[in-house]
Parts: sequence; C-alpha cells; structure tokens
Amino acid sequence: MAAVWVFAETTDGKPRPIALELLTKARSLGETSAIALGPGAAQSAEALGQYGAGVVYAHEDPAFSEVLAQPAVDLLASLVQKHKPALLLFGMTYDGRDIASRLSARLGAPLIANATDIGPHAGGSWAVVSPLFGGSTLVTTVPKGDGPAIVLVRPKAFTPEPLTGSAARLQRLTDPVDRSRPSARVVRRETEQAQGPRLEDAAIIVSGGRGLGGPEHFKLVDDLAAQLGAAVGASRAVVDAGWKPYAFQVGQTGKTVKPSVYIAIGISGAMQHTVGMKGARTIIAINKDPEAPIFKLVDLGVVGDVHKVVPQLTEELRRRKA
Amino acid sequence: MNVVVCVKQIPDPNAPGKLDDATRRLTRDGVDVVLDPGDEHAVEAALVVAEQHGGEVTVVSMGPPRAVDAIRKALSMGAARGVHVQDPALQNSDALSTARVLAAAVKAQPFDLIVTGQESTDGYSGAVPGQMAELLGLPLLSFAKKLTVEGGKVLIHRQTDEGYDVVEAPLPAVVTVTGGINEPRYPSLRGIMQSKNKEVKQLALKDLGLDGQAGGSAATQEVVALEAAQARKAGRVIEDKGEAAKEIADFLAGLKVI
Ligand SMILES: Cc1cc2nc3c(=O)[nH]c(=O)nc-3n(C[C@H](O)[C@H](O)[C@H](O)COP(=O)(O)OP(=O)(O)OC[C@H]3O[C@@H](n4cnc5c(N)ncnc54)[C@H](O)[C@@H]3O)c2cc1C
Ligand SMILES: Nc1ncnc2c1ncn2[C@@H]1O[C@H](COP(=O)(O)O)[C@@H](O)[C@H]1O
Repeated sequence: MAAVWVFAETTDGKPRPIALELLTKARSLGETSAIALGPGAAQSAEALGQYGAGVVYAHEDPAFSEVLAQPAVDLLASLVQKHKPALLLFGMTYDGRDIASRLSARLGAPLIANATDIGPHAGGSWAVVSPLFGGSTLVTTVPKGDGPAIVLVRPKAFTPEPLTGSAARLQRLTDPVDRSRPSARVVRRETEQAQGPRLEDAAIIVSGGRGLGGPEHFKLVDDLAAQLGAAVGASRAVVDAGWKPYAFQVGQTGKTVKPSVYIAIGISGAMQHTVGMKGARTIIAINKDPEAPIFKLVDLGVVGDVHKVVPQLTEELRRRKA
Repeated sequence: MNVVVCVKQIPDPNAPGKLDDATRRLTRDGVDVVLDPGDEHAVEAALVVAEQHGGEVTVVSMGPPRAVDAIRKALSMGAARGVHVQDPALQNSDALSTARVLAAAVKAQPFDLIVTGQESTDGYSGAVPGQMAELLGLPLLSFAKKLTVEGGKVLIHRQTDEGYDVVEAPLPAVVTVTGGINEPRYPSLRGIMQSKNKEVKQLALKDLGLDGQAGGSAATQEVVALEAAQARKAGRVIEDKGEAAKEIADFLAGLKVI
C-alpha cells in the first residue's frame, strides 16, 4: 500500500477540522501517517489516530508556530527523504499553502492545488480533481515522476468520519530547528472574528452583499443571523468596501463553507462567490433582480427588496419563536 | 529601495473562461487579456514602498508576446522598467516552472523586496510565490493586508481565519498581497505616455540558463480529463408581494432549522 501523509494542522493540541477531513480521505488511498507540528502537537495524536492516522509524527518546537513555513519545510523534506511517501496532502489554508509550495520547490515535486477529490490512477499515480471557472468545470490532473506528489485540498472537500478502534503510534521528533536563517516570524496575533458561531462550523449562514446598499444596513443581516443562531458571511464586494473584515468573506479568495442552510442577501452570485458556498445543502436568496445568477443555485429564491423582506423575516421568526 | 513586482496577464475574468480542447489548458486565444486584477494590488503596494523609501519598481512577467501589455499597464501606473520572459518552450508551464523562471529573472535585477499577488485570478493556485521564495532562499510573508518597510525590515498584517498576525522579516523578502491591501491607482495620461518610452527587457530561457528546466518539457503534471461539473438544479423562485418573509419562514420550518 502506498504511504499517504497528511499535514495535520492543530491548535492548542487539537486537530483543526481540515486535518480530520484530509485523514478521512487519506485512509481510503493508502497507509496513512500524520505530521503535527508546534506546541501541543503530540496531544493531537489520539484524535488523529481515531480518524485513520497509523503513525503520528509530532515535533513540539515553538518555532513551528512562530516562524512561517521554513522550519516545517526543513523537517518535512528530511522526513520525506527518509520514508519516501507517495502522496502528501495539505489543506489549502494560509499555512498549508505556504508550506506545500515551498516544499514542492525544495523537492522538485509536483504540486496540484485546489483539489476537491483524489483517487488512484493507472501506474501507481494519482488522479486529482479540481474545479475551474467557479466550479462549472472539473479538471483531472495526474502528477508525473516517481517522487512524492503534493496536493493542496480545499477545506470542506471531504466530510470527517471517525473510525472505531483505531489508534495511532506516536513518534516524537526532536530534530534540531535551524534558527540562523533569515525568516518571517509572527510577532503578534490579533483576533477580529465576531462572537457567535464560526463560519466554518455554522449550520446556518446568513451572508450579505452590496445589495444592502451601505454598511449601516448590514445590521439587517446581523439581526437575522442572531435570530437564527447563524454565522454571518459577506461577499467580497462588501469586504473590499470595508463594511466587514476579510474574515467574513465567502468565496474563492475567502472561506469555503458547507452549512445546512445558506441565505444570500443582496448577493449577485458571481462564480467567485458561489464556488465558496454552493456545497450548502439548501440555498435561499433574496435579490431584487430576477436575472441575478444566484437564482440558478437556489432552493428558494425571493425576488424582492432586502430592506423590506429581511426585517419582515426577522420579525416573523421572532414572532414564531415567542 | 529596489522593489520587484511579478505580474501575470490573464484572460479577462469578466469574460467566461475557455479551455483548449487539445492541450486541456486555459486558452488565451481569441479572448481579451488583462493585467491580473489581483496583481494590480501588488503593483500599487510596490509603488507605495518605492515612493516612501526612494527607489524604483521593476515589473517582471513571464508570458506570450502580448503579455508585454500587462507590463506596460504596470509601467503606466508608475513602475520604472519591465522584464518580459518569453520563449516558445514556456508554453504549458506549470507553477514550478514559472517559479524557476521568475526566480532566475528576479535574481538578475537589483532588489530588496519582491511583491506578488496572493494567487492568480485564472489559476488560483497561489503556489508560485512560495516556490519562488524557496528557490531564492528568502522569507515569504504571505497574505498581506498591510505592508510597511522600516529599518531593513518588512512588516505585514497577515490574513488569518480569526483576524490577522503581525509578521516580520529582514529584507530581502517576498511578500504576497491580498485584494484588501489597497486601492490600485488608475494610470494618469502622463503615466500612459511615459510608459511607452520605458525599457522592457526581453529574455528567453537560454538567457536565464534554464534551457530544458522549465516549460512543457519540464512539466511535473499532466491534465488527463475535463468535464462539466454537475449543476445544482434550480428550485422555486417567487416574487415578493408582501408574503415572501412568511414563505421563507415556512420553508425554514420545513427544514426543521427553526
Ligand atoms: C480573483 C477574484 C477573486 C474573487 N473572490 C471572491 C470571493 O472570494 N468572494 C466573493 O464574494 N467575491 C469574490 N470575487 C468578486 C466577485 O466576482 C463579485 O464581484 C462579488 O462576489 C460581488 O459581490 P456582491 O454580490 O455583493 O455585489 P454585486 O455583484 O454588486 O451584487 C449586488 C446584488 O444585490 C442586488 N441588489 C441591489 N439592491 C438590492 C435591494 N435593495 N434588494 C435586493 N437586492 C438588491 C443586485 O441585484 C445585485 O445582484 C472575486 C473576484 C475576482 C476577480
Ligand atoms: N507568469 C507569471 N509572470 C509573472 N508573475 C506571475 C506569473 N504567474 C504567477 N505570477 C505571480 O504569482 C502570483 C500567484 O500566482 P499563482 O501561484 O499562479 O496563483 C501572481 O499573483 C503573480 O504575482
């Protein structure tokens, strides 16, 4: 069986959802190991094992969270040389992308980005599927050569499923970390995420677009979201205009979300937006333009003025709750 | 302060994308091309740094002959000179090939800082800057929504899921910028006139010592299939005549989310 490795991002000793998504896929492709780096990394081994990692390589040096990419690339390059995995999976996240791209240059290895599916391909290679043109076209790419292939997988491409009775062997690493080289280090972290559920985890998302008409009207979205216990999202038009911080952006250059219900308010449905939300189980949109592309995706669409429909909806929900 | 900015010419993102059936790659034939809107932010960021610290901006682009138009656009915004790498052998380059070429072309310029977009609008792999930084042995400060240079150091606000991280590195370094970092300037009439007289150096693979190491022959991957994705089937669209809010509420109740 091919050795398939997952770069498992963790926070405070807990795997991030992307790590579990990748493991769920990886274990169907081969013998799976996970690499977890940074303070608390070893604590994540139990959870990673439950999702299919046979071995967890953990290195707890603080440099892995303080210095961007380089220490992780050094360590991964030496592990790859030693164990020769056939496939390395990374999440298409801020850190995942930096590390995977540097590593591909270090190893001269193929890198395929934006993957939403991976399967075996003839001759022991891999068939990697990625969406193009806002997801209207799917491209299948096969890495060449006999070295390892590196694949960047879009968040939410796979649904994490635990295994029963599966446990990982923890292997603690102590390789020295090179601190002599010029590098990019994190001096401070700032949080600007609002209270309420996180976009990535929310069952319901209410997203606002330029159709709201101005930042002062975004309250319509906030109020509806609060009434539904939903997370708030935004289109790039709104984020670029400064009505909401970037952390709220849904789409190609923002977050990929997969809630049960996505409510788009005053959003036209440009493909760069829909690529990030069309995995929602149910889509509802309110837009005054009957020709808006978002209506091609909806389960329920309302052609109407957001300034009328949204407050009425919030009030109706409040009334029904009472 | 010498700043290099890497820009890519892409098919107009407002026109629907096309793929070449034979090569199964994005085609630029018969479609309008533009300077990647994401890279306009990189040009703006580079110009601001050069203006604040004194110095000049060099634009580097790899692409077919008409990619020179994208370079001219950046020159008309205020960059001082351009470097255009073009070679028939570079057709069907993958990200790693592109990074090799750009790294070699950049290395031949004086530079303290390299600025790029965070990802191209057409390919959106975002791999080239990291690969280039690795090949040049430089720190990469990615996803910058704010960029300042001070005392031989570069400092950015790096986008995160929760907010941003303040990240610092000594120069020289590579920075990738997000669309939120600035509002790109429009070229002035004077800028457009001046850009016509600015130097654009043309380089081929052999000038960079990369014969056979980049382009289609060095491809690390191959596209084997293309298909239309399954479309979501459209549901019910109603017009609001005063009852739409109730309809949505009923619909949500039917989904058992309220
Ligand atoms: C490289 C690249 C990456 C991108 N990445 C993203 C991304 O990650 N996420 C993203 O969202 N976009 C992204 N975009 C931008 C995207 O192409 C669109 O420009 C953007 O999504 C539009 O936002 P919007 O729908 O809010 O605004 P608009 O397109 O302006 O739509 C506003 C809508 O509101 C409707 N409206 C107006 N007034 C009312 C009213 N009173 N009542 C009801 N409806 C009303 C209008 O009919 C219109 O449909 C990207 C673009 C590029 C080039
Ligand atoms: N052919 C190219 N010429 C110059 N710069 C490029 C080229 N391709 C990519 N880049 C730079 O790398 C960034 C990321 O592109 P990509 O990795 O292709 O998504 C772009 O925003 C550009 O700044």
